[in-house]
Amino acid sequence: MATTVWIVLQHRDGKLHRMSREALCAGQRLAAAVGGTAEAVLLGSKVEGLAAEVGGTALARVLVADDEGLAQYTPGGWVGALAAAAGERKPGYLVMPHTYQTVEYAGRLSQALDAPWVAEAVGLEAGDGGLVWRRPVLAGKLQARVRTRGQPVLVSVQSGAWPADEVESGQAPVEPLALAAGAVAPDREVLGVEQVAGEQVDLTQAQVIVAVGRGVGGPEKMEPLRELAQALGAELAASRPVIDNGWLPRDRQIGSSGQTVAPKLYLAAGISGAIQHLVGMKGSQVVVAINKDREAPIFKIAHYGIVGDLHEVVPALTAAVRETAG
Amino acid sequence: MKIAVCVKQVPDSEARLRVAAGGRWIEEEDLPFVINESDEYALEEGLGLAEKSGGEVVVFSLGPARVREALRKALALGAARAVHLADPAFEGGDALATGRALGAALAQESFDLVLTGSQSDDLGYGSTGSVIAGHLGWPHAWLVMGVEIEEGGKHAKVTREMESGLNEVLRLELPAVLEIQAGLNQPRYASLKGIMQAKRKEIRELAPGDLALAAEQVGAAGSRLELLEVSVPEAGHEAQIFEGDPVAAAASLVEKLRKEARVL
Ligand SMILES: Cc1cc2nc3c(=O)[nH]c(=O)nc-3n(C[C@H](O)[C@H](O)[C@H](O)COP(=O)(O)OP(=O)(O)OC[C@H]3O[C@@H](n4cnc5c(N)ncnc54)[C@H](O)[C@@H]3O)c2cc1C
Ligand SMILES: Nc1ncnc2c1ncn2[C@@H]1O[C@H](COP(=O)(O)O)[C@@H](O)[C@H]1O
Repeated sequence: MATTVWIVLQHRDGKLHRMSREALCAGQRLAAAVGGTAEAVLLGSKVEGLAAEVGGTALARVLVADDEGLAQYTPGGWVGALAAAAGERKPGYLVMPHTYQTVEYAGRLSQALDAPWVAEAVGLEAGDGGLVWRRPVLAGKLQARVRTRGQPVLVSVQSGAWPADEVESGQAPVEPLALAAGAVAPDREVLGVEQVAGEQVDLTQAQVIVAVGRGVGGPEKMEPLRELAQALGAELAASRPVIDNGWLPRDRQIGSSGQTVAPKLYLAAGISGAIQHLVGMKGSQVVVAINKDREAPIFKIAHYGIVGDLHEVVPALTAAVRETAG
Repeated sequence: MKIAVCVKQVPDSEARLRVAAGGRWIEEEDLPFVINESDEYALEEGLGLAEKSGGEVVVFSLGPARVREALRKALALGAARAVHLADPAFEGGDALATGRALGAALAQESFDLVLTGSQSDDLGYGSTGSVIAGHLGWPHAWLVMGVEIEEGGKHAKVTREMESGLNEVLRLELPAVLEIQAGLNQPRYASLKGIMQAKRKEIRELAPGDLALAAEQVGAAGSRLELLEVSVPEAGHEAQIFEGDPVAAAASLVEKLRKEARVL
């Protein structure tokens, strides 16, 4: 029997999550690599509209588990539904977008199915010894090649690793995915969604951003960075640890949990370049990195870089900027 | 409340990493290790909740002998005692194997709450906590940014981070596993008194047999992911790098940004 690749789509308010299309692309390519067929899986309640939209993709079918208990995402609901359905239909792979929602439930799904989970996959190699996946380790400083044992295999694909615009279109029938009674077991009450306190500064309109990382070393050492920002007419922003430590307010965080920006110039000082930071700024036109470590991952996406101690480089840069301006 | 906190020891993020001979993992000799960042926040949250409710914190860690140092630090910060899954058979596991072992160790006592970090800075699976929850049959939440125990101790109100600056507020039944995200509190520093007291606190060592697990169910043997090798990833494109004298480097950079990139 040919292998089936399930692509589990994430959605909210009647819209597919942006990364669901990347997962579709990854799933289609995986199905081609293993000589199998790709099927989309939608969990929810009253999702006919979405199912019809996904039906325009080159898939064997779109499976819809429509259940009131799935009206809202809960780990218990999702794990229960997917474990029951996968146990019955035996897909070889479950491909998911690597979102906060997926990470939350996929560990428990892998436990329920006793199945490997390749988290944060960024690449796939199909060779004689079977499939080999690539995923980042050690905060993106290194990449690991991993093999899996047993099936099904869960794979969550990293943002940007598979192109959403290369999803093959086609015609896929929409079919119900029946779930055993009691399979869906919501295990939390959702009381509401709120903006993170103090979300006031809008960095998305900034033309120039000076972003500060943990490498700055402490709140008392921020002044030269403020001066550089001023000389450049830039907004000051930061990576997460700077915010977590209270050196700048939370509304200045860039990254997957913070703001997503795409300025003309993004200058990152003392930032290593973890993926959760990069997703918030990789659309910037020109990226400059200042870091004492030549091997910091930020240099892999930067256009220009200075390797050195930011406490020496930043004042020098401010002076040089003022000089050309003056 | 009786609270368990799982802490992992990981390489210091400042440390220079070298791929070990054979290429399977990094060279660990002479590498400085620290408590995983989000685990420090988990420990602080656990200590705070225990103080408020008059309970205690027990710390758990799986790893080689060096892990005792992380456990000692947690004891110095205020944990009552520690459990060390110390047998070499436990090592090299994926989240399934590590979560199975930790889950079995946690199940030997009756905790009201198990706290973990949200993600380890080395392997970064983000799932050991939820695998533990699966074994215990408890609800769980990932990326917890706030915990409030309700009167009576049967439920908790939990704030969970979502993407793009949003938080979700949830109500979970206890006992539960909460996977704590960095930034929800301010971790304390160890006091001299704490450090002295830690020397007398218990670190209990466990082997698979103590958990009714076979050696093949834990560590690398019990894993469904096999790590083949690690290597430095390729760059998207080559950056133009300036090194050496900061003043000269700054001048060259500004020149490039003006004339070549035209962004100044
Ligand atoms: C679910 C989740 C969500 C996350 N969301 C976000 C997010 O939204 N935004 C975000 O930024 N992170 C986020 N993170 C955290 C992320 O994984 C990284 O931990 C974080 O981005 C690292 O910040 P950093 O680069 O400032 O610190 P580090 O990784 O510690 O890097 C510090 C850098 O400074 C350099 N340095 C040190 N001293 C100097 C000096 N004197 N001169 C020059 N360079 C120096 C070092 O070489 C190093 O490269 C998230 C993590 C998780 C698990
Ligand atoms: N070896 C370990 N010992 C103790 N706790 C661990 C271990 N591995 C993972 N954890 C816990 O699980 C969390 C998530 O880790 P991971 O699934 O590897 O990203 C960590 O933040 C720790 O709290």
